[in-house]
Amino acid sequence: MVERLLTGSKRYYMWLAFLCVVILGCLCVYWQQLQQGLGITGMNRDVSWGLYISQFTYFVGVAASAVMLVLPAYFHHYKKFKRMIIFGEFMAISAVIMCALFIVVDLGQPQRMANVLLHPTPNSVMFYDMIVLIGYLCLNALIGWVTLEAERLGVEPPKWIKFFVYLSVIWAFSIHTVTAFLYAGVPGRHYWLTAIMAARFLSSAFCSGPAILLLLVFLLKRLTGFNPGEDAVKTLTKIITYAMCINVFFYCLELFTAFYSNIPGHMEPLVFLFSGHDGHVAWVTYWMWAAVIMAFASLAMLIPPSLRDNMKLLPYALGMLVLASWIDKGLGLLIGGFTPNMYEAVTPYAPTCAEVVVALGVYAIGALVLSLLWKIALDVKKESGHFGD
Amino acid sequence: MNNSRRHFLKVAGISACALSAGLAGVAQAQAGSYEPNAQGLKAKRWAMVIDTRKFTSAEDYKPLIEACHKAHNVPDVPGNQNIKWMWLDKYDRVFTDDMNAQLPEKFKKGMFPLLCNHCTNPPCVRVCPTQATYKMADGIVAMDYHRCIGCRFCMAGCPYGARSFNFVDPRKHLADPVPNPAYPTRMIGVVEKCTFCAERLAKGQLPACVEASNGAVLFGDLEDPNSVVRKALAENFSIRRKPSLGTQPGVYYLI
Amino acid sequence: MYNAKYVIAGIIVFVALFSTPFWAGMLSGSYQRPELVLPQGEKECIEPAAFMRAEHMQLLNEWRDQALRNENRTYVASNGKKWEISLQNTCLKCHNQPAEFCDKCHITNSVYPYCWTCHIEPKGKK
Repeated sequence: MVERLLTGSKRYYMWLAFLCVVILGCLCVYWQQLQQGLGITGMNRDVSWGLYISQFTYFVGVAASAVMLVLPAYFHHYKKFKRMIIFGEFMAISAVIMCALFIVVDLGQPQRMANVLLHPTPNSVMFYDMIVLIGYLCLNALIGWVTLEAERLGVEPPKWIKFFVYLSVIWAFSIHTVTAFLYAGVPGRHYWLTAIMAARFLSSAFCSGPAILLLLVFLLKRLTGFNPGEDAVKTLTKIITYAMCINVFFYCLELFTAFYSNIPGHMEPLVFLFSGHDGHVAWVTYWMWAAVIMAFASLAMLIPPSLRDNMKLLPYALGMLVLASWIDKGLGLLIGGFTPNMYEAVTPYAPTCAEVVVALGVYAIGALVLSLLWKIALDVKKESGHFGD
Repeated sequence: MNNSRRHFLKVAGISACALSAGLAGVAQAQAGSYEPNAQGLKAKRWAMVIDTRKFTSAEDYKPLIEACHKAHNVPDVPGNQNIKWMWLDKYDRVFTDDMNAQLPEKFKKGMFPLLCNHCTNPPCVRVCPTQATYKMADGIVAMDYHRCIGCRFCMAGCPYGARSFNFVDPRKHLADPVPNPAYPTRMIGVVEKCTFCAERLAKGQLPACVEASNGAVLFGDLEDPNSVVRKALAENFSIRRKPSLGTQPGVYYLI
Repeated sequence: MYNAKYVIAGIIVFVALFSTPFWAGMLSGSYQRPELVLPQGEKECIEPAAFMRAEHMQLLNEWRDQALRNENRTYVASNGKKWEISLQNTCLKCHNQPAEFCDKCHITNSVYPYCWTCHIEPKGKK
C-alpha cells in the first residue's frame, strides 16, 4: 500500500514540500539547542519543565482518544464508525511519534536516551511510560495496517486482529493513566498531587482528541470529498460533549477541594493561574480565563441538540473546545505545577521563540506522518468504495 | 515456513545469544578487586545538624557556601538558570510549613541555609528513569553524571528545590583553571546537587561546609547514639524542612 | 521481474554505497599503530600494558560504578598494589599528556570519548 504515497495531486506534493521546509528550518533551531543547551528555552531552575513536556502530555491524550472510535465500533458493534476508524488510529500513530519527539527535544543529553533501556528502573513512572507508548504505537500500526489491507482486498479483517483491538482499548486508557502518574505521584507539587489527575487526563483527552479528529476530517471533506457519514459525526460529537462535561466537572471538583478545605498549598497554584501573585498578573492568567470562556461557550453550543447538530456551528464549537483543553493541559498544568515553586515563591516562565519553533518542528513532523498515513487510507477508501454515502 | 529458513533462523538466534554472552563476558573481565578507602569516614546514616543560632547574618554563611562551591567547581551562572549546591533564603521560604506571621525579627529578616536533604525516602531517586541518582548504603543521595539523560524528572520530584540543571555549559561560567583541579566539573544537560562531600568523606575529611563552619555545622552518624549529631539533637530543639511529606530529611536545623 | 533494469541498477548502487568503507579501508593502506609518548619515569601501569590496552574502557566503567555507587574507592590491582580510584587524580597523574597518549589511538581509531567535558584535562609539559 506504500506505493500510494508516490502518486498524488500537485497540491499533495506542495503540502509535503512545505512541511519538509518547515521541518528543516525548525531542525536548525534544534541544532542550536543541541549546541548551546536548553539555556535557549525559557525553562529555569524552578520551572524545570515547560512547553515540550506539556505538549508531550497533551498529545498522549490525543493518541489515547482513538479509543473513542474503537470502543463503540468493536465493543458495541456501532458500524457507522467503521469508515472513520482508520483515521483515528493513524492519528494516534502520528500523536505517539510527536510524544516521543517532544521527550527527545526536552532531554539535556538525548544521545544517552538508551540509558532508559540499558538501566531499566521499574520504580520510575517514566520507564512504564516508555513501555506503554511504544506498545501503543505498535498496536495501532498493526491494527491500522491489517484492517486497511483487508478493506483494500474487500475481505473481513482476520479474526486474530480482534485480540489486538481489544488490547488496544485497554492500552489506550493505560497510556494516559501512566502519563498522569508522572505528575500525580510527586510530593510537594500541590497542583499535581491529586488522585483525580488520571481521570481528568482521560476526560480531557476523550473530548479534545476526537474534536481534533473531527476538525481534520471536516478539512479532509472539503479537500477530497471524503464523507465520514452524518450519523458518525453526530455520535462522535455526543461523545465529545459528554467527555467535555465530565472534564469541566472534574476541574470544578479540584476547585472545591482546594478552596473549601482552605489549605494554602492547594489554593495557591489555582490563585496564581487565575489571578496572579501579589498583585502581579502573569501572562498565563489571560490564557486561563480565555480557556474558561471557550470551555463554557463550547459547552453552550454542544449541549443543546439543535445547536450541536448544526454542521455550520460545529467546527467553531469544536475549535473552542480544543483550544480550551490545550490551554488547560498544554500550559496551565505545567505552569501551575511549578508555580509557586518549592519555596512558595513565584519564578516566571514563558517559552522563548526558539522553544516555540522547536515545538512547531515537532508539530510539522506529526503533520507529515499524519498526511502520509491518511493519504494511504484515503486512496484505499476511494478504491474500495468506502469514500462516502 | 520453509524448513531451511527455520533452520537458518534457529542458528542465527543461537549465534546471537552466544555472541552477546561472549560480549558480556568481555565486559566483566576483571583483573583486580575493589575495597573502600582505609582512611575513609564511615557511617550507617550520615546526617547534618546546622546550628543556626551561631550565625548572626547572611555574611556568616558566606565562607561555607564559598568552600562548597570552590571544592566542587560549582559555576556562577547569572539569572534563574543558575546552579546552587548550598544557598540562602528567608525563613518562610525555607520552612514553608511554618506559616506563623508573628515571629521574632531574626526569623522575619534572617537568612537560612539550604542544601540537598539526603532524604531517607528520596523522591528524586524514586522517579529517576536511569538510576543516575541513587541512595548509597550510608544514606547519601548521590549522582552519576555520566548516566544522567537530563530529563529533569528528579527536579520535578524533589520537594526542596535542591537540584540544578546545567542549562548552559558550566565551564563558561567557571574560572580557568577551575577552583579545584582535583575535582571534575559537570557538562551541559545534566542535573547536579550537593553530595554531602562523599569524595571528601572517602579521604577521611569532613564536608567542606562543615570544615568551614568552625563547629556551627555538625556532621555525623545518625545511627550512632554517641555521635555529635545525635548529642546535638538530644540536647536541642531541631526542625527539618517539609517533614509532612515523609521524605525524612537528613539535614536538621537548630533554631 | 517487474522493472528489472531499475531494480538491478538500484541494487548495484546500494551495494556500491554500502561497501564504501571496505573500499576506503583497502585503499588507504595497512593500519599503522600510532607512536605513543609513555609517561616519563614510570615503568608500569596499574595492570599489564596488554590488559590496559584492551580493557581500559571496561576498567574505567567499573571504577566509576564501584567508586560512585558502592563507595569502593580503592582498587587492588592483580599484583596486590593499591590505587585510589580516580581518572583525574590517579590515571592522569602519570598520563599527563593526553594529546600524546589517549588521543593518538582514539583519533586513529575514530573514537571520540568526551572525558574532558567534565574531567579536567591536564595541561602536561609543553
